[in-house]
Amino acid sequence: MTELVDVRTPNPKNFFPGEDHDWELVIGLEVHAQVTSNAKLFSGSSTKFGNAQNSNVSLVDAAMPGMLPVINEECVRQAVKTGLGMNAKINKRSVFDRKNYFYPDLPQGYQISQLYHPIVGEGEITIQVGPDKQGNFESVDIGVERLHLEQDAGKSMHDQHPTMSFVDLNRSGVALMEIVSKPDIRSIDEAKAYVTKLRSIVRYLGTCDGNMDQGSMRADVNVSVRKPGGEFGTRCEIKNVNSIRFMGQAIEYEAKRQIDILEEGGSIDQETRLFDPVKGETRSMRSKEEAHDYRYFPDPDLLPLEFDDAYIEEIRAELPELPDVKRTRLMGEGLSEYDASILVSDKSYADYFEQVAEGRDAKIAANWVINDLLGAINKAGKDIEDSPVSAEQLGGIIDLIKNDTISGKIAKDLFEIVFNEGGDPPKIVEDRGMAQVTDTGAIESAVDEIIAANPDKVQQAIEKPAMIGWFVGQVMKATGGKANPQAVNKLLREKIGG
Amino acid sequence: MTDLTKLTISELREGFKAKSFTSLEATNAFIDAIDTSNETLNAYIVQTADIARERAAASDAKLAKGEGGALEGIPVGIKDLYATLDVHTQACSHILDGFQPRYESTVTQNMFDDGAVMLGKLNMDEFAMGSSNETSYYGPVTNPWKRVGEQTDNGTALVPGGSSGGSAAAVAADLCAAATASDTGGSIRQPAALTGTVGIKPTYGRCSRLGMVAFASSLDQAGPITKDVRDSAIMLGSMASSDPRDTTCVDMPVPDYEAAIGKSIKGMKIGIPKEYRLDGMPQEIEKLWEQGKAMLRDAGAEIVDISLPHTKYALPAYYIVAPAEASSNLARYDGVKYGLRVDGKNIEEMYENTRAEGFGEEVKRRVMIGTYVLSAGFYDAYYTRAQKVRTLIKRDFETVFDNGIDCILTPATPSAAFAIGDKEMAADPVKMYLNDVFTVTVNMAGLPGISVPAGLSDEGLPLGLQLIGKPFEEGTLFQAGTIIEEAAGRFNAPRWW
Amino acid sequence: MSVDTATVKRVAKLSRIAISDERAESMKAELNTILGFVEQLQEVDIEGVEPMTSVVDMDMRKRVDEVNDGNKANDVTANAPASQNNFFMVPKVVE
Ligand SMILES: [Mg+2]
Ligand SMILES: [Zn+2]
Repeated sequence: MTELVDVRTPNPKNFFPGEDHDWELVIGLEVHAQVTSNAKLFSGSSTKFGNAQNSNVSLVDAAMPGMLPVINEECVRQAVKTGLGMNAKINKRSVFDRKNYFYPDLPQGYQISQLYHPIVGEGEITIQVGPDKQGNFESVDIGVERLHLEQDAGKSMHDQHPTMSFVDLNRSGVALMEIVSKPDIRSIDEAKAYVTKLRSIVRYLGTCDGNMDQGSMRADVNVSVRKPGGEFGTRCEIKNVNSIRFMGQAIEYEAKRQIDILEEGGSIDQETRLFDPVKGETRSMRSKEEAHDYRYFPDPDLLPLEFDDAYIEEIRAELPELPDVKRTRLMGEGLSEYDASILVSDKSYADYFEQVAEGRDAKIAANWVINDLLGAINKAGKDIEDSPVSAEQLGGIIDLIKNDTISGKIAKDLFEIVFNEGGDPPKIVEDRGMAQVTDTGAIESAVDEIIAANPDKVQQAIEKPAMIGWFVGQVMKATGGKANPQAVNKLLREKIGG
Repeated sequence: MTDLTKLTISELREGFKAKSFTSLEATNAFIDAIDTSNETLNAYIVQTADIARERAAASDAKLAKGEGGALEGIPVGIKDLYATLDVHTQACSHILDGFQPRYESTVTQNMFDDGAVMLGKLNMDEFAMGSSNETSYYGPVTNPWKRVGEQTDNGTALVPGGSSGGSAAAVAADLCAAATASDTGGSIRQPAALTGTVGIKPTYGRCSRLGMVAFASSLDQAGPITKDVRDSAIMLGSMASSDPRDTTCVDMPVPDYEAAIGKSIKGMKIGIPKEYRLDGMPQEIEKLWEQGKAMLRDAGAEIVDISLPHTKYALPAYYIVAPAEASSNLARYDGVKYGLRVDGKNIEEMYENTRAEGFGEEVKRRVMIGTYVLSAGFYDAYYTRAQKVRTLIKRDFETVFDNGIDCILTPATPSAAFAIGDKEMAADPVKMYLNDVFTVTVNMAGLPGISVPAGLSDEGLPLGLQLIGKPFEEGTLFQAGTIIEEAAGRFNAPRWW
Repeated sequence: MSVDTATVKRVAKLSRIAISDERAESMKAELNTILGFVEQLQEVDIEGVEPMTSVVDMDMRKRVDEVNDGNKANDVTANAPASQNNFFMVPKVVE
């Protein structure tokens, strides 16, 4: 196997406190990402989630005697695309190997995978860790060791029968990309940022839907601890973690467990562990422990997978703008790093934002999307894809502010109406009389009235110009918030002075 | 009326055309022959007489209209290795107990599309692992040939070779017009040689492997065993195809192999590899090889001495590569999806009991050797090295062909048929493996090879010569094979059973 | 190279084949005969030789990304030693 190289400088920010000294976490991730495709990696059966048991199964998937795999060209393309999205080396020749082991949800008795010659070699993913209290992000480059294609296994269910497990092969043979990071990750936040970034990349590319709750993405987490900057410690692998939150909990628990053992003078056994989200702890998978020997060898049913530069270039030409490039561009268009980072973190956010920002002020659009829309969506527990306020509607609200039809404050009310009831923003403003009063005469009479009723306050305002704000508030109140604040301000300054 | 079971495919074809007899008549003749002989020979493990009669009648209807494919109405036997829809398919293993696939292999489908009539499933070594057909769960096959002077029920029963022993015996004993077989290290050519029949292993990739129970994927090839060379060409023409469902099957049209029969071999360069002259090779094999050279020379071919320096390493390399692939291919027999299940107190025990009871001893031996050579720490020393040797073996052949050799003549087997239950072979697995010493190089290099009967041993048993060709030039083998057949004549087992 | 009884048992375990102590002994002898036979490969000079990956020179055929199979749960489970509602059934697996 490849030699472990430490490319990071220890950062006290990441340290885990211990009895005598601090500890540093070393984390490597193996992420399994289901390839977005209609059919499986080596058969013509569907990859659709949630179908009846064993209905997405061909004779190939069920390993009937004499059945043979034929590779799905789209899965190859998706893997290459993902590799390009990680700035990785694409291997023009790769080989499928058999990984041999017995398990009831592994019908062939082996998994077709790529050990010795993966389709994608070394690459890099830049993660943004943060923001810190100042709203700044730290950029960290995490090395990618490889990406290879392999088959998913089926599913065993253990709770349907007192003495038997039930096996469903619907997932058996679905294409997975296993993306293996280098052991470059040093904190829980970095691990979370890495998976978030990876998920964002595959979603931008359309190569994996990234739905962790449906198992489309899951991570094997390798955790070890060491004295800061010291030798790598013995690692444990936590299998199949299926949410970013659980991953954080699992790493935290595992780090503490290992530190406790080491501080008591013990040593870590290299082993495979399972995270129990209910108890919030990891436990040893003893059943998987006994001498594994996968006896990898090239699958004689398949020829080497070969393609040329032209094929790679054709795929490269189709690549969409990826999050890093998009973030830089948005910052060039006036967004803060914080706003740009939030918006690119999820392709659906970026897509929504870009639609809103089209022909409008980017900064204003970003504020609305981040503060108002995402805030409301999160509160309502919805996805942006089914946001009750479309990008078009939000753009309409912003336009109404821009052309002075409504004030920023009224706009918030309008947003809430659209969010809860729907409708066309200009029409709502008209129907409900929400347009701001720009008629100077009407505003002036309100101003005069207030000035006349509060001579003492006028006196104070002359001495202390900040008091003008109190008058603005009174006028707005008197006009039901519909007066144009700029006009009110201007009039008050003229009449009171200051 | 002539005995229809003695006719070749081409003779039956002529007879159907001339309306001398029908497919149903021929089919019934074979069914009768099987009923009479199978108890003694054990060539068939399953008979499908009803299906056969139904298909024969359908063929007769087509033939009456002047229609039909290349094998229309021809009664054939199918090696138990081929998946046949809803019909017993177990590769003669207990572990596939009761398995009836809901699918058809590409090879048998091709033949049925061409009108072939299936008489039943043929005996074989379990999972095609064996050279004597003694590893079958259904017991050994008896060779219809016996030594001169022993041709009675009590005479020493001989093996038909293996693994396609049932196929070879059925053809030799006129229990089918032709049979499908398969060849991983010699499993078509060796039994053909030991029964006086013709067997061809085509180039790797010429026939689809889809629906053939896998033994060693990089070596397995389908092929026929027939009564003569012309039938071999007819059968292969039907069995071969491209197949989008087998990645290792070539996308090339199937040539008209029959057109090669009777073509002159004048000027053809025949290579004689010196490495096939083994120490202690029986005199009669040596003599047969000399006769073969003379037959080809007399027909105008040029005989050229050649060298294939890595020949001696083919068999040891084979006994790493084939078991390694087999250990993995046979992992699917775990008692979960089909076949035998022997319970245990947990899943691991269920696996272990099922596989211990379901696999025979030879299969277990090979699975374990294969597991061992792939295991951590041994993979490079064994498997990678064997695959490198394989590259060298293939290179030897390429060099020879690049130097203008058209095909290569060798003996097919190191001896004639031996007794069932031979003590020496039973005691030493390697002794049994040596049966494939001349044939296995061809599988390792992916080349086509044909075994043609060329004479009788001192004990009156058939012996074969092997011709090895360039990739996808099976036609050359039929061409040269016909010359040997014409010179040597055909050999029929004197009937004792 | 040769194997000892412990190795035979380990290999049997990896192969999921139950083996008695007695059979392990005889199997050891058989496996060692075979390993002795293949030992001669050690004398071949393989310096710089690529291991064979495919015996026939050809490009790998690929399928298009089309769903054209499946929906045959009955066929898939038709030969199963134990099944219920188109599930395969196995002795309970504990993780
Ligand atoms: Mg892993
Ligand atoms: Zn994996």
